[in-house]
Amino acid sequence: MILKQRIILVILVITMVLTAIISLGLGAFHIPIKEVFIALANKIGLLHNTTTDEMYADVLFAIRMPRVLLGMLVGAALGISGAAIQGIFRNPLAEPGLIGISAGASLFAVLIIAFETLLFVSLSELLGYYLLAFGAFVGAGLTAFVVYQISKKDGRPNITTMLLAGIAINALAGALTGLMTYMATEQQLRTITFWMLGSLGGATWENLSAIFPFILLPLASLPFFSKALNAFALGEEQAALLGINTDYTKRWVVLFSTLAVGSSVAVSGIIGFIGLLVPHTVRLLGGVDYKYVLIGSMLLGAMILTLADVLSRTLVAPIELPIGVITALLGTPVFLYILIKENK
Amino acid sequence: MLRIEQLSYEIKGHRVLKDISLQVRKGEVVALLGANGAGKSTLMRLISGELKPTSGSIMLLEKRIDKYDNRTLARGRAMLSQQHAINMAYTVKELVVMGRYPHFQSSPSTQDWKIVEETMAICGITDFADRVYLSLSGGEQQRVQLARVLSQLWDNPDALLLLDEPISALDLHYQQKVLSIAKSLSRLGFMVLVILHDINMASLYADRIIMLKNGRKWLDGTPNEVLNSKNIYTIFSVESLISIDNHSLKPHILFKEMRMEPQLFNPSLRPCSNREDSLSLHYTPINEKL
Repeated sequence: MILKQRIILVILVITMVLTAIISLGLGAFHIPIKEVFIALANKIGLLHNTTTDEMYADVLFAIRMPRVLLGMLVGAALGISGAAIQGIFRNPLAEPGLIGISAGASLFAVLIIAFETLLFVSLSELLGYYLLAFGAFVGAGLTAFVVYQISKKDGRPNITTMLLAGIAINALAGALTGLMTYMATEQQLRTITFWMLGSLGGATWENLSAIFPFILLPLASLPFFSKALNAFALGEEQAALLGINTDYTKRWVVLFSTLAVGSSVAVSGIIGFIGLLVPHTVRLLGGVDYKYVLIGSMLLGAMILTLADVLSRTLVAPIELPIGVITALLGTPVFLYILIKENK
Repeated sequence: MLRIEQLSYEIKGHRVLKDISLQVRKGEVVALLGANGAGKSTLMRLISGELKPTSGSIMLLEKRIDKYDNRTLARGRAMLSQQHAINMAYTVKELVVMGRYPHFQSSPSTQDWKIVEETMAICGITDFADRVYLSLSGGEQQRVQLARVLSQLWDNPDALLLLDEPISALDLHYQQKVLSIAKSLSRLGFMVLVILHDINMASLYADRIIMLKNGRKWLDGTPNEVLNSKNIYTIFSVESLISIDNHSLKPHILFKEMRMEPQLFNPSLRPCSNREDSLSLHYTPINEKL
């Protein structure tokens, strides 16, 4: 990693922390930034200020904090897995959503919601959350496996085939999800809509702690594949000639990425474009070395999703816009710009 | 030594290589020649370990190459391929340092960077070390790839260097330079196997030439032993004259022009009866303008 990239990462850490602190105060119930600091300091024992309004602390710790932390966790997961998927497929325009992983995770989540009573599990319980996360992970893994296998030509994944397979899987998942939607009850319909559009509104300490290990593992593990992902840029054959175990790399990178995406979808529904645009922005800022890109995507993804969540709960407050809508509305023109620029 | 015995390779029932046996010793440059489709690149991909042979054995330093672990093999064998499909904006330096990947775990050491600097200097790419690879010309990109491959083996005198048409995109200066580098490395102990289409370059730089035809080894010997008109016609179906260079005493191949009758192409087009008359219809001689 060159000095410029290290500096960018340090700046990203600082801005991410600042963004998180600022977003703790913003929302339908506004908490002044001073009160945020007082409440945090009180909580960790630095201060014993009893004059502050308890309402601020209640909203902050019961509602705002788990939501912001979840946004950072999910943003980091989507960012890093997007970068890793782009490395494996050797294309900067790949992202888990385009190749159907998100739709597969969502479909399985919707199936679990629809067959909740059949599975004898209430989704409001901890086991229910684990089952949903696991189900979304299985859905993500299955679609990743299918798309990757279909895209292989003479042993190499073909990007056009991969994208076409992704379109097909997205369509299939959409059709089946549509079927579930048609047959769903009022309550199930509300939950299903939540999945399709994405939201961090359901964040609680319970589901945050449920999802935390599933997301922490890929966040901690994927940066160790940076050397292999750099070598993959030369082509799989060349990477193997450099001593990289390509099968091992593919297997674990896809596994960790689908774990990250599956877990994210399980708790927040489909949030698109983060996995595509965040790594691209990180590359534009400081270069393409994967050691820098993976860590940078984690940090920038956390920051961007936190910001998007602030917009989702403040633009038409007190109504919340689904966060997937915000990322799609902002992400589409940026994506088109990248495509046009790449074409030239 | 690289020792290949009774090597065959078959794909979808088609035998691409048949019972190839050859050796490349330490300290020699062996050129692999043959027509398109003779099996040269396939042989090289089998030696590199990318493909698995149908039968036969490939031994590098008295050990089968499939018995080596990935990293150890990568430290002792490197291949410069024909195709390079990079589509990310890596800089030249970032690409060359990838050649050191088999030698470090997480970050390159000072020694690794020193080797990178040396190989970049040898390949004449130090000036654009910080430029993006994708912005370079084909020849410059080829030199970057060569620097990467050289840095992979730079500090291993028992290494095997495989070069698949390394000079195809290069200008005259760098064609000579690349083969001169290969020859110098062989004098330090490297085993060098290079696929070439330019017979005269092969004659000039190779210690031995192996010619393949239809997947079989046809000829194996020094340039003086192997290069004659009859052999060249057998392998390439082109007519040639051989002269011996007075200085190097190596054969120099002169090719006869291959002529084809214009009537073979698009019979509806009438050939020019008088080529000079047709030219004069379109061009005014310079002295008439004055």
